[in-house]
Amino acid sequence: MSPIPSAAAAARIRPAATAPELLRNFCIIAHIDHGKSTLADRMLQLTGVVEARAMRAQYLDRMDIERERGITIKSQAVRMPWSVEDATGTLQPYALNMIDTPGHVDFTYEVSRSLAACEGAVLLVDAAQGIEAQTLANLYLALENDLQVIPVLNKIDLPAAQPEKYAEELAGLVGGDPADVLKVSGKTGEGVETLLDRIVELVPAPVGDADAPARAMIFDSVYDTYRGVVTYVRVVDGNLNPRERIAMMSTKATHELLEIGVISPEPVPTKGLGVGEVGYLITGVKDVRQSKVGDTVTNAGKPAAEPLGGYSDPKPMVFSGLYPIDGSDYPALRDALDKLKLNDAALNYEPETSVALGFGFRVGFLGLLHLEIIRERLEREFDLDLISTAPNVVYDVVMEDRTEIHVTNPSEFPGGKIREVREPVVKATILAPAEFIGAIMELCQSKRGDLQGMDYLSEDRVEMRYTLPLAEIVFDFFDQLKSRTRGYASLDYEPTGEQVADLVKVDILLQGEQVDAFSAIVHKDKAYAYGVMMTAKLKDLIPRQQFEVPIQAAVGSRVIARETIRAIRKDVLAKCYGGDITRKRKLLEKQKEGKKRMKTIGRVDVPQEAFIAALSSDAAAPKDAKKK
Amino acid sequence: MSPALPDGDEAPADGALPSGVVAGADERAFGVYLHVPFCTVRCGYCDFNTYTATELGGGASQVSYAATAVREVALGARVLRDAGLPQRPVSTVFVGGGTPTVLPADDLVGMLRAVDDAWGLADGAEVTTEANPDSVTPDSLAALAAGGFTRVSFGMQSAVPHVLRTLERTHDPARIPDVVRWARDAGLDVSLDLIYGTPGETLDDWRTSVEAALATGVDHVSAYALVVEEGTRMAVQVRRGELVLPDADDQAAKYELADELLTEAGLGWYEVSNWARGPQHACRHNLAYWRGDDWWGIGPGAHSHVGGVRWWNVKHPRAYAARLESGLSPAAGREVVDDDAAALERLMLHVRLAEGMPLAELTLDERTRVAGLVADGLVDGRPLLTDQRLVLTRRGRLLADLVVRTLAGFGA
Repeated sequence: MSPIPSAAAAARIRPAATAPELLRNFCIIAHIDHGKSTLADRMLQLTGVVEARAMRAQYLDRMDIERERGITIKSQAVRMPWSVEDATGTLQPYALNMIDTPGHVDFTYEVSRSLAACEGAVLLVDAAQGIEAQTLANLYLALENDLQVIPVLNKIDLPAAQPEKYAEELAGLVGGDPADVLKVSGKTGEGVETLLDRIVELVPAPVGDADAPARAMIFDSVYDTYRGVVTYVRVVDGNLNPRERIAMMSTKATHELLEIGVISPEPVPTKGLGVGEVGYLITGVKDVRQSKVGDTVTNAGKPAAEPLGGYSDPKPMVFSGLYPIDGSDYPALRDALDKLKLNDAALNYEPETSVALGFGFRVGFLGLLHLEIIRERLEREFDLDLISTAPNVVYDVVMEDRTEIHVTNPSEFPGGKIREVREPVVKATILAPAEFIGAIMELCQSKRGDLQGMDYLSEDRVEMRYTLPLAEIVFDFFDQLKSRTRGYASLDYEPTGEQVADLVKVDILLQGEQVDAFSAIVHKDKAYAYGVMMTAKLKDLIPRQQFEVPIQAAVGSRVIARETIRAIRKDVLAKCYGGDITRKRKLLEKQKEGKKRMKTIGRVDVPQEAFIAALSSDAAAPKDAKKK
Repeated sequence: MSPALPDGDEAPADGALPSGVVAGADERAFGVYLHVPFCTVRCGYCDFNTYTATELGGGASQVSYAATAVREVALGARVLRDAGLPQRPVSTVFVGGGTPTVLPADDLVGMLRAVDDAWGLADGAEVTTEANPDSVTPDSLAALAAGGFTRVSFGMQSAVPHVLRTLERTHDPARIPDVVRWARDAGLDVSLDLIYGTPGETLDDWRTSVEAALATGVDHVSAYALVVEEGTRMAVQVRRGELVLPDADDQAAKYELADELLTEAGLGWYEVSNWARGPQHACRHNLAYWRGDDWWGIGPGAHSHVGGVRWWNVKHPRAYAARLESGLSPAAGREVVDDDAAALERLMLHVRLAEGMPLAELTLDERTRVAGLVADGLVDGRPLLTDQRLVLTRRGRLLADLVVRTLAGFGA
């Protein structure tokens, strides 16, 4: 008999008319390339939600960037029917809501809200690689939320798979017998039906008060060009009905419910959503800030007394200046940011000007991946050419006179008498094969890290916990970690507060002229190394000019490093005869276009490429975020 | 002639020119370039349009080449007449290659005669041919002189055996003084071409070459920095690391040395890469390129310019011959240079000349940029004041392209 419910059975699991006992809400926790989307694809197929011929890889990942990088930025929720035999041997229909979670550290808050919408979590781990730090962090989050965790090893079809070894590791982490760890292949579909059965069997049904005023938690909020903001909710108590007025409990704002429904896998309007159900709301609002992740939705007429817990405002951790390469694109950049903001409650920005780069914006991000995604979307979807300055964290500077300055841009770092500087710190978790313990300790030490503890996950894998300044992670920590562990280490971190540190601002001067875009705040002991590195880098990047150009690094008025770009001696084509004239003129005309991509600082022409190359410390990009 | 043809508009099949070319024609000299696309060997650095096979098929053999080229001469005379241009005698002819002297002197003289028949040679016309030192004899040079040639330009390149070897030049440097003497005995004006910056060439090697050239007593020297073009054998050797190119600073030092030695010997620069013992020995044909005069380029891949229209012929000798045989223009493409482009060309070409760019021809914006160039030592302040002409200093000549970009406001 087919596990896909018959028409009669399906009537029992119609949205707004499904008994909570027949609902199962779960998510999949997995590392970036451990095959979550492929497994989700198989589930959609097996439950008949998507026909095989309509299937495309990673069905749920909507944005191009997501599909290309193989990562999920925005979570989605899909309702899937599934039947399991009960004790009497009759098929019982169930409605499964699969809530897709973002996998990256930058989106921990969004992950925590997605988890809060579920009763169970599939812990999906690549059978050839074992668990990674981010997965571990999300697993801890799931355990804190009292989710039923179902450990699953994926990609068992791979020749390099070691299911026995990693089953033991998972059992060690989650508890239970290694034999109970499910082994599946998202690619071939092997074991996926069993997994669906196991979800029905193990994940607790949602519990809520159907008669209470409605309380639904927003776990995602997406801006759609045609529909306005689409809000994803999990109903905890009561029910939501079409055309009624709803209220957002954090802002008290009320909206009319224009549409309510479930995703299966396209949006389908329903007669409402009841206790335990997961679906979407459309109210016609145009800005995701009016429908914030974590907020509680209630009936406007009969509001709940208490919101659901766990709501917080997203706080930017990393800042970067974004500048259009062509200054006339500034209004286009502003419009583009305004549009992206509709879909991204965590994005915030303020206009700023740079002597070197002109007009732009200082933009706050949740983290490096967030930065990279926004930048890429600006360039791809809005066709903008941008320079982004090296990312930095936020500093709180207390002056001798006790005034406090909040620094989001290194060039604003004050001179004069400073009493103390505070910088954000994170709690970092690193997982790696045990042979790299020494290398990791050495790296963390050089990055001002503080070892908090260390545990063996298995005989040869270790979990190390450090407190580290966020600034060090933003700089080049991840690349260094990867290179020192031959790519085996994984990293996760979350902010834990601030610390006082001995920090200075290093300025870079070209021909005596300060280039604001290159200023950096670094630890006093690293100022010299930074100055030497940056001046050497610029020497290679800035073309020789018709005069000598000194490049200096300075702390205050003290020069700590210096390089000189010697004057150019030859710039002439030796031959220019009859046949060369057209070609040479066309070359000149092309160079005129090139001039547009130059910024002139003092008398020095600096190509945009030099800014880009100098500012993108090879380190700045979290390379694991990209699928290679 | 460099290999890749520029992008341009389609050229009409009959080669007809727009009527605009007539304007100002009386003030422009008219010259003829004759391309000979053959060599006995191809040098590793060479990217010119030249072929070593004697038989290229389709009527494009060395033997029949002169006859084919003569067809284009006839076509050229017709096109210029049809465009309504006045009959202008040819003031300069330049036969280049390739190696023109791989053809028998009779062929070269025959082509020259065809030019004379079609347009008429001006009194005192300058008629130059390029030549390889190992492809001439006293007799062949005498035959050229008797047939109307007045000038020969030898590809000497270097006097240093290891440099010649790297360049894959086959001639014996010891032969240079002889060929120069033979040419002068035949009554020909002589120029020597030199190349600096060959991989492995030291500053002393270069000094040896310049001094050897001067020792022959020539009245004209061209010195070119070696440029390794994509698609040449040498480019492959450089990419593989078999040859190491000298850097631009090394080339600058060699240019400065050449300029010093040549100036000392009485040869003054009249163009960035050209020196002559007085204006009477300068190459008038090349000056015509830089001054924006008219010329018709005969031969595969040859470029022409008439009254603001530039065009270029198909590259391969076989396609070239086929076009002419079916009565079509061999032009592959052309461009009608608009006013802005023409102004930029004038600046880019005149700046290279010792006679300089007349300040009056600069725009106001361009003139405001001159002072900075004088201050940086790139433009000579004296002719600026006395003659209102912008003339480059030695340092400026080495940075001529930068000067053009700065003047035109394209940035350095």
